[in-house]
Amino acid sequence: MADEVSEETIRSLEATALEIRRDIVRMTHAAGSGHPGGSLSVCDLVNALVFQELRIDPARPDWPDRDRLVLSKGHAGPALYSALALRGFLPREELWTLRKLGSRLQGHVDRGKLPVIEASTGCLGQGIGMAVGMALAARLGPHAFRTYAILGDGECQAGPTWEALMAGGHYKLSNLVVILDRNLYETDGSTESIMGIEPIADKFRAFRYHTIEIDGHDYRQILGAFAEARRTTEGPTAIVAHTVKGKGVSFMEGTHVYHGKPPSAAELERALTELGAPSGAPR
Amino acid sequence: MTPAGPAESLRDAYGKTLLELGGKDPTLVVLDADLSGSTRTILFGQKYPDRFFNVGVMEPTMMSIAAGLALSGRVAFASSFAVFAAGQAYNFVRQSICYNHANVKIVATHGGLLVGGDGGTHQMVEDIGLMRGLPGMTVIVPADAPTTRAATLAVHAREGPAYVRLTRENLPVVTDGTFQLGKAAELRSGSDLTIVAVGAMVARALEVADELAQMGVSTRVLDFASVKPFDEPALLRAARDTGAVLVLEEHSVLTGVGALVASTTSENYPVPVRRVGVPDVFGESGDPWALLDRYGMSLERIRDEAWELLRVRGKVQ
Ligand SMILES: Cc1ncc(C[n+]2csc(CCOP(=O)(O)OP(=O)(O)O)c2C)c(N)n1
Repeated sequence: MADEVSEETIRSLEATALEIRRDIVRMTHAAGSGHPGGSLSVCDLVNALVFQELRIDPARPDWPDRDRLVLSKGHAGPALYSALALRGFLPREELWTLRKLGSRLQGHVDRGKLPVIEASTGCLGQGIGMAVGMALAARLGPHAFRTYAILGDGECQAGPTWEALMAGGHYKLSNLVVILDRNLYETDGSTESIMGIEPIADKFRAFRYHTIEIDGHDYRQILGAFAEARRTTEGPTAIVAHTVKGKGVSFMEGTHVYHGKPPSAAELERALTELGAPSGAPR
Repeated sequence: MTPAGPAESLRDAYGKTLLELGGKDPTLVVLDADLSGSTRTILFGQKYPDRFFNVGVMEPTMMSIAAGLALSGRVAFASSFAVFAAGQAYNFVRQSICYNHANVKIVATHGGLLVGGDGGTHQMVEDIGLMRGLPGMTVIVPADAPTTRAATLAVHAREGPAYVRLTRENLPVVTDGTFQLGKAAELRSGSDLTIVAVGAMVARALEVADELAQMGVSTRVLDFASVKPFDEPALLRAARDTGAVLVLEEHSVLTGVGALVASTTSENYPVPVRRVGVPDVFGESGDPWALLDRYGMSLERIRDEAWELLRVRGKVQ
């Protein structure tokens, strides 16, 4: 399934992933607030979408046929902002304005401020519904784009998520791909200790999704799942991406502690060292 | 800019008061929706794990579960950020809690623009209007930590639904904590002008009133923490005594305390009223205190509005 993916593609994605992870820790540190844990876990998924899967064009950001990406877990904006900047949709200098007064880079992704964002999110549970609406619009035409939506696992506790998923299955939206960032943690702890969502893949199947489980940090598996989704014509696809919260920064991995806490100055240095970055100022 | 004086956390005051109540009232249960560290209900949860329900990201259903517990003999406190407690869960608060007159106390943290970096999606400036409009709902907006403690005790003691709106930022202590339901607190006496304020704006009201006093203007400051029941007599007395009312709130001027003051005075004793609050817009990310200035609640703006009222009343040239 991952047959067509070249070594070169993988290496290039791994290189951008490293940049994005460095940006995430730098941006949240500079802002003094934000969500590094869930940005780091979703980084490889966002990276693969922005650099490989989505039909988008920095020269024509409002191209009507462009594929749509809805980041339903809108607090993971740093990952998306960084990827979009690296892909040429916004100047890299702008990354360091995250969460500052007047910035286009809001604490939660904001279409009104930054039009390349397809849908403003932040309050969980609303992104899948908007993605379903976009997929219905694409089916009505004339612009036959595909819609991708990224969902958090804590967000799966929210009822509206399931209402929207039900609609996507009911309408057999084969142009819709829902990607779950299954990083196991939410704000206060692990999802299974707070309000268990398992068996989550079975839930997607029961809601009539072609469901694929992958390692959300393995680019061959990520791109393979996207390709499989394209071949799925009977209905929507759900990709359960098993990820590590805080992936890439050892002390942020597998814990909820850095869900909504940026790294301190010392922690930033440690993180950047682990991410192989020259220390000091951004860039 | 940050107001002067020692600031204390309203959220900590709430969490500690819940702990205190937990020891006294075995019927007390507490619910949260994956924000217990921020709302501070975690303090109760650690001490009384079997009476604490962190239900995850499901604020609407948290309100229904709280109602079910309350309808079965428990006193339920349910907490989240204001945008989720009052916004996300609105119709669940309306029907499960208010329509049933269930004994649920919603204590919402992160009200208003002072949320800061999270941005406009999270800065709830419509909650006072939403909650005040619900029949049977008590609504309290404490200005500081001592009032937060007193308000938590007061809503616990009073049967029926309540909404308490807290601020994320620490706020200077401006009251002696002798909060009473249905009573406005007169923090400064005065005869030239009245400033009515709630929440974080009470400290700004005092700052401007003290400046005005140095210029010979006598300003009455009323802390209307008890938004509902509302102390109508205190407002009308102030309108009669001073002839003009300036209202300060970190909330939409469309539906908040300013609208309440304007309608109450115009029906009973019309005087000029000016509203300082959030205009008809959403907020954005930024430094919390800079946001207050940016969105029309700066000290400068408050001073201007005060002088404008004094001019209208012919008290200054
Ligand atoms: C409706 C709603 N309730 C609460 C919040 C506050 N909040 C922000 S992130 C979060 C936890 C989300 O967990 P998850 O979806 O697993 O995010 P991830 O771990 O992927 O970052 C919560 C409760 C919110 N944004 N929206």
